[in-house]
Amino acid sequence: MPKITFISADDQQYQVEAANGQTAMDAALDNMVPGIDGDCGGVAACGTCHVYADDQWLAKIGSATPGIEQDMLALTDNATACSRLACQITLGDEHDGLILRMPAAQH
Amino acid sequence: MRPTCIIIGASHAAAQLAPSLRQEGWEGDIIVIGDEAYVPYHRPPLSKAYLLGEKSADELLIRPQEIYSKHNIVFRLGTRVSAINRAEKTLTLHDGERLSYDKLAICTGARVRKVALPGSELQGVHYLRNIQDVDAIRQHTGEHKRAVIVGGGYIGLETAAVLKKLGMQVTVLEMAPRVLARVTAPEMSAFFQRVHRAEGVIIRTDAVVSGFAGEDRVTAVLCADGSRLPADLVVIGIGVIPNTELAADAGLAVANGITVDELARTSDPDIVAAGDCTSHPSKLYGRIRLESVPNASEQAKTAAATICGKNKPYDALPWFWSDQYDLKLQMAGLNQGYDQVVIRGDRDHSRSFAAFYLKNGQLIAADCVNRPQEFMLSKRLIASATTVDAAKLADDRLELKSFLTT
Repeated sequence: MPKITFISADDQQYQVEAANGQTAMDAALDNMVPGIDGDCGGVAACGTCHVYADDQWLAKIGSATPGIEQDMLALTDNATACSRLACQITLGDEHDGLILRMPAAQH
Repeated sequence: MRPTCIIIGASHAAAQLAPSLRQEGWEGDIIVIGDEAYVPYHRPPLSKAYLLGEKSADELLIRPQEIYSKHNIVFRLGTRVSAINRAEKTLTLHDGERLSYDKLAICTGARVRKVALPGSELQGVHYLRNIQDVDAIRQHTGEHKRAVIVGGGYIGLETAAVLKKLGMQVTVLEMAPRVLARVTAPEMSAFFQRVHRAEGVIIRTDAVVSGFAGEDRVTAVLCADGSRLPADLVVIGIGVIPNTELAADAGLAVANGITVDELARTSDPDIVAAGDCTSHPSKLYGRIRLESVPNASEQAKTAAATICGKNKPYDALPWFWSDQYDLKLQMAGLNQGYDQVVIRGDRDHSRSFAAFYLKNGQLIAADCVNRPQEFMLSKRLIASATTVDAAKLADDRLELKSFLTT
């Protein structure tokens, strides 16, 4: 049961408890974290669960996967090498303490 | 006394509206009334992962029941509203019970359009809109069994793809000369017909269904040209009708959907509406009614803000998606009134290309097949009403990012 923290662009923190095997997007939606929309339900079709991980965490969760996730992020506003789609991050115990920052807007 | 907000309907719009009310600071009661047995669930996977058996009903839930309880959001499930009494600000439920509201949100969605043909009540003839429908459809699936899909729209084609994957013999009957006729250009229709045929699905266009044969259970679909197609399962997907009757009976303005403004307000200041059941103003496309999850969610956020006295106008760009086989189709904008279609990629031989719809040289919509970058680009170009160079768009070697700087 990893505890993860979402931080909004204006530095509001939302700590949530996720279930093992759950995606970071689902953990955010379950806990009503504002700023993660997840309009498509987690099939990487909309790009509205864009988050940033710092280098240290990125090493653990991995960079955006080649294919649809990288393609979606390629033309997303404000995407960087640290960008991920939260729906493509599956959580486990090793992610306890994970910090994901959110962009100012998802659209 | 604490004020009460009641939400009629318990699907995508309600699933967003109720939590958004809390996020916007609503401290009163929130009651969500739904006629199904479930708290809100994702509907798009019904014709995809759920029909395929890859997801359970629990996995479809947008969020678990406990989360709503934690935020003091109360559900009244298996319950229908029979009337809105605006003068006294109450609702009458189907069993006669009355509930008082201070603010009301109508999120009644849409229901399937049904056929009135001989035999349409037979077992094995189904529509596809909710969990119950798919559970019933799955009673009739199985390898080598025969499925006939009536309607070559997105629901019909997605269902055909899944049933084929389940090993069934699948035929799609479309009344128009091509599939997806109402929503895409002929180039896209031809592409989807090619792929479905390559996957082994039979597609018959210009096919008019006249009825269904069988004793208790359907055994065949009858066509107007006299042909008879054996069938173990029939799935009808011929569109939806917005659920506007409650609103209309209460005297609210209704014209192809409950009429709302950019703040999701109906003609009654204490009643908002969101989702498939509404028509709203769009700067790009005029007044539109959308059948779409993103529309339901985004409009619901606006509606929640409005209830809390805030001003968050809704004018998002419409977008849609569909999954069939290995095709990920993402659509941006609405193509009504297009005068030019530009194809980027190999439509005739590959499964990866984009169709751009232009009107007076301006990009108004795009259908992207396994082309997420083109989709993301299109959303931005359409929203900013950009004039584009058709020859450049068609040039698959040209970097997409170059369109954003010009």
